[in-house]
Amino acid sequence: MKLRLFPVLAAALAALSLAPAAHAQRAARPVELLNVSYDPTRELYTDFNRAFAAHWKKETGQDVRIRQSHGGSGSQARAIIDGLAADVATLALAFDVDVLHSRGQLIPADWQSRLPHNSSPYTSTIVFVVRKGNPKGIKDWPDIVKPGVAVVTPNPKTSGGARWNYLAAYAYGLKANNDDHEAAKKFVGDVYRNVPVLDPAARGATTTFAQRGIGDVFLAWDNEAFLALREFPNEGLEIVVPSISILAEPPVTVVDKNVDKKGSRKVAEAYLKFLYTEEGQDIIGKHFYRPAVSEAAKAKYASQFPAITLVTIDEVFGGWAKAQPEHFGDGGVFDQIYRR
Amino acid sequence: MSRSSRSVIPGFGLTLGYTLFYLGVIVLIPLGGLFYKTAGMGWDDFTRAAFDPQVVHSYKVSFGAAFAAALLNAVFGLLVAWVLVRYTFPGKRVIDALVDLPFALPTAVAGIALAALYAPNGWIGSWAQPLYADFVASLERLVPAVPWQAFLGNRLAFDLPGIFIALTFIGLPFVVRTVQPVLEEIEPELEEAAATLGATRLQTLRRIIFPAVLPALITGFALSFARAVGEYGSVVFIAGNMPFRSEISPVLIVAKLEAFDYAGATAIATVMLVASFVLLLVINLLQRWTRRHDAA
Repeated sequence: MKLRLFPVLAAALAALSLAPAAHAQRAARPVELLNVSYDPTRELYTDFNRAFAAHWKKETGQDVRIRQSHGGSGSQARAIIDGLAADVATLALAFDVDVLHSRGQLIPADWQSRLPHNSSPYTSTIVFVVRKGNPKGIKDWPDIVKPGVAVVTPNPKTSGGARWNYLAAYAYGLKANNDDHEAAKKFVGDVYRNVPVLDPAARGATTTFAQRGIGDVFLAWDNEAFLALREFPNEGLEIVVPSISILAEPPVTVVDKNVDKKGSRKVAEAYLKFLYTEEGQDIIGKHFYRPAVSEAAKAKYASQFPAITLVTIDEVFGGWAKAQPEHFGDGGVFDQIYRR
Repeated sequence: MSRSSRSVIPGFGLTLGYTLFYLGVIVLIPLGGLFYKTAGMGWDDFTRAAFDPQVVHSYKVSFGAAFAAALLNAVFGLLVAWVLVRYTFPGKRVIDALVDLPFALPTAVAGIALAALYAPNGWIGSWAQPLYADFVASLERLVPAVPWQAFLGNRLAFDLPGIFIALTFIGLPFVVRTVQPVLEEIEPELEEAAATLGATRLQTLRRIIFPAVLPALITGFALSFARAVGEYGSVVFIAGNMPFRSEISPVLIVAKLEAFDYAGATAIATVMLVASFVLLLVINLLQRWTRRHDAA
């Protein structure tokens, strides 16, 4: 009994000693936010959270502590549906946020129109990373389907980011063949026939290419590409920008059900709006994401993003709701590649 | 003597009740949930999800690699157990402890370490990879009738051999730890008696030692096999995960979960579970048969 009693007593004492303090500082009681995000945003949000905490303290006098959770975009969405109390979700693709509405009823159907620029404060695109000196002479999409070129990209069925890789290749296939879908499918098939390893997630593919020495070209988000260059300086990796790529728009949203339950809606909404401010956009550019709204940040970081023709998923693929089942569903175009 | 039908140790009712309750909570309820989820999907959907050609190929890879790895572990695990039981040598305790490491190591760490070793630029892969490719190529030349590449792959890491390597690594302790106590039980006097009766070393091994350890060896094999069938963490890093080649079933389960297809994922899991259960049952029967055969 003695052992059982102890925690109860301790808790009671703690409550007694804290109660008056809490009462006195009601206005400035610290608040906590949980941002559930995908893999490569770790460094971006670590930096951004610090800036927002300072901003919020100055505006309201309240302390805010932001916890981050990172993982594969799809599994993060599933975790939120299964009860992870995320205040904001900042995922890799709109499809993963859509399921928060369609399967979890956690956010309204029109979530994407609540914030500017389709709720995507930053964008990114898919580029090539090649080995030192570009020995295989890879300059554009047709070069990666040549025989003897090994391409590293994760499995689009398990990795959200890899779906953008696939769609970028498909978009090139369409453009090069006058919008002939059969020819585009064949082109994507040729790309994946040159893939020797299908990692389940993006970070694993980075390791496979940079550390295990597998492959001649690595398809990556441009921020991941810059990160790989910085993390593995001895490899002499180089970035090659293809003629056409896809505009990846990773969206953000407040998780309405959770913030209303916790009473954190105000700070959660301010957190996301801060991504669109000059300061937020500058941090975004600093971490190799493309600022979506601020002209000043766009100009400042223009030099690190070479000019490239970008197509959107809406104009080429009719949006995620259509592209997801068509290309990545069971028996979809991706599955067909390995069945022929 | 009405008490003779009772057990010497009291509490049978209580312990059995507890056993059933415990097994129910830990094993049966989760498995029941799995079958329940699968049962909700209808026969057509079930066969489409569970017997799709890509999924069927992954069963072959998962069960085939697990079987091969367990077989290798049965041979070399017996050897390790034998050395640890019958000889004393400096560092024996260290080696004994090393056997348990695959138990303790997080499987993802094991997978990453193995991939780093066997990759074409790794310590082992850098010299063994060309040898292995040559080996498979010469097999193809010598016996062209067999599709060797389809069975053996042609790379060590990121292909079928990678799966085999990872599964062998995680399965070894199961064989050693089940065989070891049985070997310790076999008295050296038995061997001496056999020798005085004129048995050669090989005969002693075959007639005296092997029959005694066989049931334990089969159990070790079964445990190692069962562990390997469901293994995910260590395999994904070294398998390459290519559909219709080196993709294991758990990867497809994860892919289905990723697409929010819970029913499809449980369908594959159900097939794996039923197949494992049948195989373990067969192995158990086999083991009982060897025991009876041995006693007769």
